[in-house]
Amino acid sequence: MTATHAKKAEAAPAKAPAPPKRSWVDSRFADWALPIVLVVLVVAGWQGLVSFGGVEEYVLPAPGDVVAKMFGDFGVFAEESVPTIIAIFVGFALAIAVALPIAVGMVYSAIVRKAIYPLLIIAQVVPKVAIAPLFIIWFGFGQLPKILMVALICFFPVVIDSLVGFRAARPESLMLVRSMGASRWQAFWKIRWPWALPSIFAGIKVGITLAVVGAVVAEFVGADTGLGVLLITARGDMDSLTVFASIAWLTVIGFVLFLLVEVLERVLLPGKKSGRRFEASGAL
Amino acid sequence: MTAATKEAGARAPYVEFDRFTKSFGTAGGVVTAVDEMSFELDRGEFLAIVGPSGCGKSTLLMALAGLTQPTSGQVRVQGEAVLKPFTDLGIVFQNAELLPWRTALQNVLLQSEIRRSPKAAAEARAKELLGQVGLGGFEDHYPEELSGGMQQRVALCRALLHDPDILVMDEPFGALDALTRDQIQIDLQRLWMERRKTVVFVTHSIDEAVFLADRVLVFSPRPASIAAEFRVPLERPRPLGARGGKEFTDLVGEIRGVFETLGVLTEEGK
Repeated sequence: MTATHAKKAEAAPAKAPAPPKRSWVDSRFADWALPIVLVVLVVAGWQGLVSFGGVEEYVLPAPGDVVAKMFGDFGVFAEESVPTIIAIFVGFALAIAVALPIAVGMVYSAIVRKAIYPLLIIAQVVPKVAIAPLFIIWFGFGQLPKILMVALICFFPVVIDSLVGFRAARPESLMLVRSMGASRWQAFWKIRWPWALPSIFAGIKVGITLAVVGAVVAEFVGADTGLGVLLITARGDMDSLTVFASIAWLTVIGFVLFLLVEVLERVLLPGKKSGRRFEASGAL
Repeated sequence: MTAATKEAGARAPYVEFDRFTKSFGTAGGVVTAVDEMSFELDRGEFLAIVGPSGCGKSTLLMALAGLTQPTSGQVRVQGEAVLKPFTDLGIVFQNAELLPWRTALQNVLLQSEIRRSPKAAAEARAKELLGQVGLGGFEDHYPEELSGGMQQRVALCRALLHDPDILVMDEPFGALDALTRDQIQIDLQRLWMERRKTVVFVTHSIDEAVFLADRVLVFSPRPASIAAEFRVPLERPRPLGARGGKEFTDLVGEIRGVFETLGVLTEEGK
């Protein structure tokens, strides 16, 4: 009796009438079709410029030749990609492994927060590219300086966004679970952690794109293997085709890594069953 | 009812605020929100507290829940001082405070998860409670798919899942529209009559206080003290129509009169 009353009085807002007809720009089709059209136009213009504009290949190789090079020398690029990708993964994992505990420490302890926060800013303001030569001096031309550069360059967005995330939990929610007798551990996993996840992923998305930059910068400054090394060597030979193909492969790697993070986010973000419950702030 | 009252009278009161004082340090100095306030509750009593904004009503509730400690004085439940979070209690806030990544059912079950009580029994009980408040069939809806009134019903179920002795409600229906509010008041009355929890209900609405409560405490502005106390003699269950009755309107008028005397309500709107 009362049940039916309640239902009538408060119809669920989800069952709203169908919205008026939308423009095709709002469709899923437009989401992927529009950027593809733009890319095709730019590439066609580029090809036209090289084919009919008389631009020398060492200045600007044709896109068709670049793609042919990318796959023609696939073995070489694949081989050089391995150390770069390893450096990105290990360095990025290191950054997250350090950033998350620091963010948690900063949320739970005012002492930690006040002690670390200014240092974080300073660490971020120091131009990391300028530190790269030091890493070479200290750690040689192997993977270690690359890994450290990657970690250093993507650490800041991860730690800052995680900090914002861990502080996003509503105080009422925390009071509520305390009144249920929750331990600190339970309050963290049931409330703070899920509240923080969208923000943490926002930081991770910024971080993963920077990670590629970090790896390449470290390889530019000095390394014995990697796509960055291939690129800088090709530049020395005025081999623009290889430079372009290296850049293209680096872009592909960065893009795939970003997509991996997006997939991971979809899997890990709670409440995914009925679409994404809440969008990560600042994410794409 | 009378037997229970006599029994309670013989022993210590069920809930007792004893010279409860709460001060806060602010930029402008120390502000006393609640000053030496004392009152008692019987077991199974529905007490409403009405008072102006910022008079420390919420502080009292949080102190009863053990989530904040008084600056001086004590809160006692069955004679024992509340010094840490008091868990035999359910809380409903003004906003439902549902977790957006959990469904209605999962939000209710947060209570049993934190308490680590057996899952199957808790789930059966949660579904039963949701059904009782008219949310049968909405178990798997996420908060954003529910109206404000429905969200608050979920919050009520969460507060009742562990069958607590005390229910603490901090302006729970303040954000709801008038019709929804009427309905949820009726439902709360019915739930309370079935279970006879001890309820402390803070509200801005004199009507709501008189409609729901056995007793109404009227608080003065800060520092809060008890300006007046009224028993509500209306029989239960009180139909919505009771609000038109003379007894009801007289009582509401009397309470409004107290606020006018306190200067909280003025004709000039000053």
